[in-house]
Amino acid sequence: MPLRRINDFTIRVATVNGSGSQSSNLVLSNAIFRLGIPVAPKNVFPSNIEGLPTWYDIRVTPKGYQCRTREVDVLVALDAQTWREDVAGVKAGGMIVHESTYPVSGETQRDDVTYFAVPFLEMGKKNFPNADLRKYLINMIYVGVVAELLGIDETTVDEAVRTQFRSKPAAVETNMNAVRLGVGYAREHLPKQETFRVERMSGKTEGLLFLDGNRAAALGCIMGGCTVAAWYPITPSSSLCEAFITLAEKYRVDPQTGEKRVAVVQAEDELAAAGIVFGAGWAGARAMTSTSGPGLSLMAEYSGFGYFAEIPGVIFDVQRAGPSTGLPTRTMQGDVAFAYALSHGDTKHIVLLPATVEEAYAFGMEAFDLAERFQTPVFVLSDLDLGMNSWMSRPLQYPEKPFDRGKVLTAQDLAKLDSWGRYRDIDGDGIPYRTLPGTHHENAGFFTRGTGHDEQARYSEDPQTWQRNLDRLTRKHETARQRVPQPIAEEANCSVGIIAYGTTHHAVVEARDILRDDGLGLDYLRVRALPLSPAVADFIERHERVYVAEQNRDGQLYGIMRAELPAHLIARLHSIRHYDGVPIDAHAIAEPIQAAELEPAVVTD
Amino acid sequence: MSTTTNLNIIGLPRDVYKGLPTTLCAGCGHNSITNHLVKALYDFGAQPHRLAKMSGIGCSSKTPAYFVEQAHGFNGLHGRMPSAATGAKLANRDLLVLGISGDGDTASIGLGQFCHMIRRNVDCTYIIENNGCYGLTKGQFSATADAGSKQKNGKINDYAAIDLCGLAIELGATFVARSFSGDGKQLVPLLQAAFAHKGAAVLDVVSPCVTFNDHVGSTKSYAYVKEHDFALHAPDFIMHGKEIEVDYEPGTVQSIELEDGSHVLLRKLHGDYDPTNVMGALGTIHEARERGELVTGLLYVDTKETDLCEREHLSETPLAQLREEDLRLSREEFAKLTTPLA
Ligand SMILES: Cc1ncc(C[n+]2csc(CCOP(=O)(O)OP(=O)(O)O)c2C)c(N)n1
Ligand code: SF4
Ligand SMILES: [Mg+2]
Repeated sequence: MPLRRINDFTIRVATVNGSGSQSSNLVLSNAIFRLGIPVAPKNVFPSNIEGLPTWYDIRVTPKGYQCRTREVDVLVALDAQTWREDVAGVKAGGMIVHESTYPVSGETQRDDVTYFAVPFLEMGKKNFPNADLRKYLINMIYVGVVAELLGIDETTVDEAVRTQFRSKPAAVETNMNAVRLGVGYAREHLPKQETFRVERMSGKTEGLLFLDGNRAAALGCIMGGCTVAAWYPITPSSSLCEAFITLAEKYRVDPQTGEKRVAVVQAEDELAAAGIVFGAGWAGARAMTSTSGPGLSLMAEYSGFGYFAEIPGVIFDVQRAGPSTGLPTRTMQGDVAFAYALSHGDTKHIVLLPATVEEAYAFGMEAFDLAERFQTPVFVLSDLDLGMNSWMSRPLQYPEKPFDRGKVLTAQDLAKLDSWGRYRDIDGDGIPYRTLPGTHHENAGFFTRGTGHDEQARYSEDPQTWQRNLDRLTRKHETARQRVPQPIAEEANCSVGIIAYGTTHHAVVEARDILRDDGLGLDYLRVRALPLSPAVADFIERHERVYVAEQNRDGQLYGIMRAELPAHLIARLHSIRHYDGVPIDAHAIAEPIQAAELEPAVVTD
Repeated sequence: MSTTTNLNIIGLPRDVYKGLPTTLCAGCGHNSITNHLVKALYDFGAQPHRLAKMSGIGCSSKTPAYFVEQAHGFNGLHGRMPSAATGAKLANRDLLVLGISGDGDTASIGLGQFCHMIRRNVDCTYIIENNGCYGLTKGQFSATADAGSKQKNGKINDYAAIDLCGLAIELGATFVARSFSGDGKQLVPLLQAAFAHKGAAVLDVVSPCVTFNDHVGSTKSYAYVKEHDFALHAPDFIMHGKEIEVDYEPGTVQSIELEDGSHVLLRKLHGDYDPTNVMGALGTIHEARERGELVTGLLYVDTKETDLCEREHLSETPLAQLREEDLRLSREEFAKLTTPLA
């Protein structure tokens, strides 16, 4: 009898882009999640609207690992183009559900996997006369087939279908009928299989949400009081602004008057989007834009202006694989170093690094407080994996604090002051006071400029004045070091540690378990923002060796650490890099550490 | 304090509308425009605290420092002022947004943003101080330099000029005027009409660069402009609530009512010119160009089109002044939206 794999395997659905498989994949993921079993879906899709291959991996794990895995146990093959490579990618012992007209011979005939042939196309033709709907409904047939083979009950699938089509209830029945066709076919024509099964479990998913990072960030913007959003469409960030628009239309429009408490501009490009953000921020609104690498490049000049003229603004960068247009639909942590120093000259920004949906929401909200507190651009660096994939998430917390609107002088404040200076450091924290246009006081006005300026915002080329201003900006940056989201440490007095950030976190979680099984304990520090907290140096100080894992070729956080930390700590750092465009998996971290840390196994014949 | 100080309609002396001393070259056309702006803002009774002076980069873009020192200024990036002005207006729709740009700032690096500001009809006054060259970077040709015009070093411009007024009208601008820095009589009432207009008001003001583009062979020199200026009408601005005293011959004056109830009176100089007629405006611009003339005056106005804030149905309370209770979901709404498995 083969090894049974209860709630512990990965399903890969291979389809053609544009066939509407996203809905069926979400239904399948959601149904498994509803049974209390942790799921981690990863959509690996092409930069194309229709016709190219696309894969959707649903990882089912009792432990709740959320990172990608390299292994495929159950293949649903509905793309003739990739049939051969898809078959080759299945792990020994796996199963393959496939369109029955695909040839099982030669290379595609493996004796270490089980085949389940289903006449999807024929069933589609017979049952769905409407050719437009057919391709979508064929996908629902495989949901039924897979549900039956794995043991997912019909009620649960029904609930998942209802969730998926909650905005168009009329579609529920049509889709459920297609699901039932699949279930019926599997019952009648396919052999039972007992290797891969799902069984209802408890203790893992209760109270969790199933949400993508972009929608969570959009909600963060709404709750963070964002009133001006400017954007230019780009994958993988578009769904952030689109979700913001959906929320704004629902919650920011007065039902009586139709008046809006928000302005959204689809700008002509990212230069303009950034300009709108800093114009609005200067005039006192909480403003944001969301983009990805190419757009971030265009925002460089305005970001430097925002830094130097000290204007709040929030920029979401949902990172994708670069350089250049790169792989628009693949993920990367590739903009960290660029965003941190975005623009020419002595520029240093605040960068938030969310790892989870919960943080996408919370940092999305907090970014506005930080931007106004520090009067500066704040970058929120998510990535395609976090932004566009659905994740299990702990519930999002309702904000308990009011907005922090920072140091703004009102007309009443000014009436009490003999004088004030826009760029004076009164409090010693590097953060000056500002006034907003429209403030009704004769001393309120000042001249905002990107050129050299003194404490009174007057033009100045004086060397001391210039340097004094840059030093104050450094002081401000140092203040931010303690105020940005601080790292989270998990330590057990190990001598070796690992540092990661963003979505690499999920691979670290699993990698630490793998290494623990090998007898190697690994302390962990997750960095959540730049500038680096002093806690980072303290962590390295406590460890002999520290691995820095990230998803880019050049080790960007590693580079920032090398630039900012003392030499004896730098010597302890080892960089681990993953940069193939698909989300990092646990082995990409565990393997180099095993190789470096563990005694080579004694080889015996 | 002298009691003879003249005060404007909101009780402020003219000095309030002045700024820091100019750092531009003596005789620069931009300085004259600054003076005309001081007069126009004073006459108009603009509230300094409501004024947002926005600009890009260039000699022209420095001028917001030289008027209404009390007001907030935003000297941003080269060619990117329209986007900042758009953001500022959306954030606080009560602001009187006044943008100052140059021909390089608008017609080259900033052409895209200029077009899209017009397309959105952002309520602002947008002045191009047009000298046909890049003053601040020492006199290179700009995209508004006429074909055949000569640079100081003798180089001839081979490329056709971008006519910013024609372009603006083509893009649906709702207020387009051309004037000359040396003609305050014409420019001051046009500026006030632009302040009163609701929507993007574009003023292309030819403003000679005495240092790099005021020689024989330049079509943006004082001498050339004076010689070729073809004024359509003599404008006058009548503040809303003020009586229009017409002592002109009937049929010689056209009166246009602006959105706030004020009027521009256009005393005809050359036959009939109707600035509410798009085709007429475009035709006039083309014909003048063929004749080698610089047509000035209120070229086009449309008082019906809604501006950006209105089209977006923005709340009367400026967005910048909204609070947590206006912006956050209620606890109930939040709970409903984020229920597990919802
Ligand atoms: C991105 C960028 N490129 C180039 C420059 C250099 N630069 C400064 S002003 C200017 C031209 C200004 O010309 P115009 O707008 O006509 O203003 P003028 O000085 O003639 O009034 C240029 C090219 C700059 N500041 N920024
Ligand atoms: S260089 Fe030309 S545009 Fe600049 S200040 Fe001098 S005269 Fe004016
Ligand atoms: Mg110029």
